[in-house]
This record gives sequence, C-alpha cells and structure tokens, in this order.
Amino acid sequence: MSLEVNGVDIDLDEDGYLVDRNQWNEDIALALAKTEDVEMSEKHWEIVNFLRKYYEEYQIAPMVKILAKEVAKLNNIDKRESSKMLYNLFPSGPAKQACKIAGLPKPTGCV
Amino acid sequence: MSKFAPKPAEMAAQMNQDYLVEKVKAHESDWMETPPEFRPGNWCYAPAPEVVESLGLDNPRKWSPDEEDWKLPADYKARIHQGMKERLDKNRAFKLFMDVCVRCGACADKCHFFLGTGDPKNMPVMRAELMRSVYRNDFTMAGKILKDWVGARKLTPEVVKEWFMYFYQCTECRRCSVFCPYGIDTAEITLMARELLHLLGVNINWILKPASDCNRTGNHLGIEPHTFTQVVESLVDDIEDVTGVSVNPTFNRKGAEVLFITPSGDAFAEPGLYTMMGYMLLFEHVGLDYTFSTYASEGGNFGLFTGNEVMKKLNAKMYHEAQRLGVKWILGGECGHMWRVVHQYMDTMNGPADFLETPINPITGTVFDFAKSTKMVHIAEFTADLIRNNKLKLDPKRNDHRVLTFHDSCNTSRGMGMIEEPRYILHKVANKFYEMPEKTIREQTFCCGSGSGLNTEEYMDIRMRGAFPRASAVKHVAERNGVNLLTAICAIDRVTLTAAMRYWNPGVEVSGLHELVGNALIMEGEKERDIDLREDDLELEEEE
Repeated sequence: MSLEVNGVDIDLDEDGYLVDRNQWNEDIALALAKTEDVEMSEKHWEIVNFLRKYYEEYQIAPMVKILAKEVAKLNNIDKRESSKMLYNLFPSGPAKQACKIAGLPKPTGCV
Repeated sequence: MSKFAPKPAEMAAQMNQDYLVEKVKAHESDWMETPPEFRPGNWCYAPAPEVVESLGLDNPRKWSPDEEDWKLPADYKARIHQGMKERLDKNRAFKLFMDVCVRCGACADKCHFFLGTGDPKNMPVMRAELMRSVYRNDFTMAGKILKDWVGARKLTPEVVKEWFMYFYQCTECRRCSVFCPYGIDTAEITLMARELLHLLGVNINWILKPASDCNRTGNHLGIEPHTFTQVVESLVDDIEDVTGVSVNPTFNRKGAEVLFITPSGDAFAEPGLYTMMGYMLLFEHVGLDYTFSTYASEGGNFGLFTGNEVMKKLNAKMYHEAQRLGVKWILGGECGHMWRVVHQYMDTMNGPADFLETPINPITGTVFDFAKSTKMVHIAEFTADLIRNNKLKLDPKRNDHRVLTFHDSCNTSRGMGMIEEPRYILHKVANKFYEMPEKTIREQTFCCGSGSGLNTEEYMDIRMRGAFPRASAVKHVAERNGVNLLTAICAIDRVTLTAAMRYWNPGVEVSGLHELVGNALIMEGEKERDIDLREDDLELEEEE
C-alpha cells in the first residue's frame, strides 16, 4: 500500500500504517487522518503529539489507560470523562486510530 | 467492528449456508483436487524479511499468501522430505501419529474451526491427512507403489498452500485429542507442520514478530526495561486511586525470594492490566518478598507456536534470570501456553533447574512438591493455598456487581490439568458464579478460537467462526443466569474473548481471575472501596 502526499509516494503496511516512522510530518498525519475519516482539531493534535513524545521516550505506543490519564491532566477532567473524550475524538479506538495518525507501528503479541 | 469479518447476523446466515455449500463441494471434487481459497479474513500476513532473519529462519523475502507466487525455494520438495525424515527419526510421537489413525471419526466434530466453518479439512482427522498423504508417498512402501489408492500424494506448491491454510487454522488446543481413542495429539502434528513450513519460509507475522521481539527485549510486545517499569508504576498509582493503599513492587532485585513472571499482556493490554493490579494487591496483602524482572518480562512463549528451537531459547531466559537474581523459585502469572511449555517441555528442554529450590509458600509453609523439577508455581495454585490456610481477608460482596462464568483455558486445563484451583478461588472471592454446560468446560473446554498466535486483526473472519462454540456456551449462561463476566486465566483469552464477546454476546465482559481477587481483598489501611479495579461503581445500578 502507499499514500501520495505532496506528490511523494509514502509506503504503508497492509493495514495502512506508516512503514518508516521517520518520514512522518504533519501533512502525512493529515492524509492518514483522512484515511480514517478523522477531521483533525486542536484536541486531536494534542493527543497525536503526546503519542509521538511518549514513543520517543519509551519506544512503544502508550496503553490507552496511560493515554487517558494524560488527556485527563491536559484538560483538567477526570479519567472517566477523558476516556469518553478519547473515543469521541477517535471513534474506532484511540489505540488504533490515533497511533496510525501519529505514524506509530501496531503492537503485536497478546494484545 | 473489524473490516475482516462480516456483521454477526450476516456471519450467522453465511455459516448456515456454508454447511450446505461445503457438503455439495465435497461431492463435486475429491479433496485432493480442491485447492485452498484465500480471501480477506481467512489468512494472516506474512512476516517482514528482517523478522525472519532475526530468528535465523529460512528464505526471508517479501511475499503474501493471497498472491499466486509464494517465492518458494527451488528445492522445496527436498527440504520438506529431509525435514520430515529428521523429525520422524527424532520424534517418536510424530512417527506414531503419522501411522496410527484408524479414521474412526471420533475427532471429526470436536474442533471449533470445523464447527464454525463447516470445512471438512478442519476435521482433525483430515487436517492430519493433509500431511499423512505426503508421508505415505515419501516414506511408506504401500504409498510408493499404490499411490493415491492408499491416499498418497506428492508435494506440490498447492499442497504447501493447503498446509499453510489448515495448520494455521488449528490453535493447537488439543480438544480433539481428548476424544481420540489412540490419543493422537493434533497439536504435535501442527507443530511439526509449522516447523516444516519454516524450512520454506512460509509463516506468519503475528507469531514471528512477538517471538523476535521477545528474543531481543525479553517480551512479546518489545517493551524496553524503562517502559516496563513506567507501565507498572502507572498501575501502582491506579491501585492507590482505587484502594488508598500504596503497593511497592521492585524490579530486577537480587536476593528476592521469588521471581514473578507474567505475560506482558498483563502489563500492557486491557483487561489484563486489571489482573496485574490484582497480583500486586495480593503480594502486598501477604507481604511476599518478590521481584519483577525487566528482562524476563514475558511468561508467554510464542516459540511454542514457532518451533522447538525458538521455544527452548525463549523458555531459557526465565531460568537464566532466576539464576542471575539468586531467587529461590519462580511464581508464574495467568498465562495459557506458558504453562504448557513449563509443564510439558521445560524439563527435557532446559531442565532440571537444580540451581533453584523446591518452591515453598513462605506464608503457609506448603511445599509445592509437584514443582520440584521446574521450580515454577502457577499463581492460582499459590492463591488457592493461601485461601485454604486462611491467610486472605476477603469480601466477595465486592464482586456482586458481576455475574460470572469461568472459561477453562486449553493450555492450563488440558495442558497441565489445572481445573479445580481457579474454581476454588472464584467461589471464595465472588458470590455469583455459574458454570457453562459440562461438555464445554474443564478438559472438554472449547478454545477461544484465536489461540496459538492467531489473535490478529486480519484473521477476524476465521477467529469469530472459531469462537462460535465457546460464545454459544456463554450465551447459554448469559440468558439463563444473567452472566455478564467471563473469567479466564490466560492473556490471549483475555484479549481474544473480549473481541468474541463484543461480536457474539455484546454486554458480556472479560476478566482475569486475580482482578476479582484484587477486588475482594480487604487491604490493611484501605479507604472505603466504592469502585472496583476498573473504576466501575461497586453497587448494582437500581432498576427502575
């Protein structure tokens, strides 16, 4: 699979995830968001940026529970509300959709 | 809902129809002339070449099962012949299973994949026949002379494709073996078939990637040491939010009495992480002197789904680490196939582990004599012993908002015979527990439908078909007893049954055993518990 962004073909894996994480930029993120029918708002970017920062530090995408805690902190809301907010922003699941837009690979194993 | 499976109602209609279609097909053409059909949802992605290389396996390349040319090595026939010969010489069970079947048919309708697909090649007897036919051709006099008169056939690329389809449409659950009068173990045949297919570079990403990650970082998810610590510390905060109690796990601590190893899914995947919280509450409750390891940070062993050599290597890391840390014995978490490896293979692969001590429960003094060779005790055995000796303060009412049933995981029930311990614990930590029908539990349990490394998204169609028998038994108790929670002691079960319940039985959630133990434990200095470990309210909602 591939995706054309600004005239350049970007390699994607079978499920539409970015193959080379280092190619990521905001235009590619927008194009990936489009494949997921997600319209990027400031709140979406906040989460995508957190995911990228977390990945830099820990070499894996955070589990949803940790993501929900971060969102709660950023928005000054409780964990239940933040979890709801995450699913509103990324209806097919924050782990799958937000990670794809952030250019992170999918996890494998007992998950 | 996955794009790799139709909606449940459509699936149900298809399943009824498929039975008819397959019946007609079976009469139309001989099974040897019926090629496998690869369509979205019934095959798994091939591994990336670098993953294959990292495990030292053959023929790394880019390929895909849905393409015509699989880029097999030119000498594929010789490789399989030689591979079979070596295994027949070395593995007496394999030789026996190739020769001994009398085709009585007792296994035929015992396989969840046969029940869910209606495909005759999913009858265990037929699955084995796919390989026996080649064995007869290459290794028996009758086959060499009488050819297809005695069911012998030559290996062709089409046969390789058929092996790939059906030996990855077996979860090595061994339900069929329970009913076989000769005790033929289809899982052993599947294991051999997958090893032989490796010789051609025919394998799947979802198994090889975790095995490769585990080889590199010590766990299937590829979690680095500092990440593992961060994740567990984050769960420690959550425990404090729920209970007001601060637990203090340690990592890589030399001289701890016990090394605790659980599947990495318990640290990283919902709902397993609630079970991880339960373990930590339990250890705090009894003051166990234990440590986690960020290197042996995986109880599971995708080597079992890959082949003997990889399995042996991944199993060894747990024992190396136990030796390095100088612990007395290893306590293992709620995992399925980890226990099959420890119980059935470890001793002859890497054992005996005489540098460790025969496990003794430091709180009760119980000697776990049965583990004197492997030095490894299952947490359900440990907790059941604590309860039997009155060492736990429990309030089962804290699980009253759950009506539960128990799924016996194939590997802990059939693989190690652990059937009563989890039930004993469940009866002590919860008040509302109902069993599924007798022929679907204990040693006759139905597979989750995605075990043995098939729990990947792109395989959803087959997974949901394979989960259908288990889901039907859950539906029975959901309708009759109001069951809303399915408890299992396996990390793969916890994620695969979650998908299966959402698909077939919406409203039924999935949990681990020690999540419920954690809910029930009365901790010293705890605050008033009004939420469970999932942070759901404890009281049942009032019905209007």
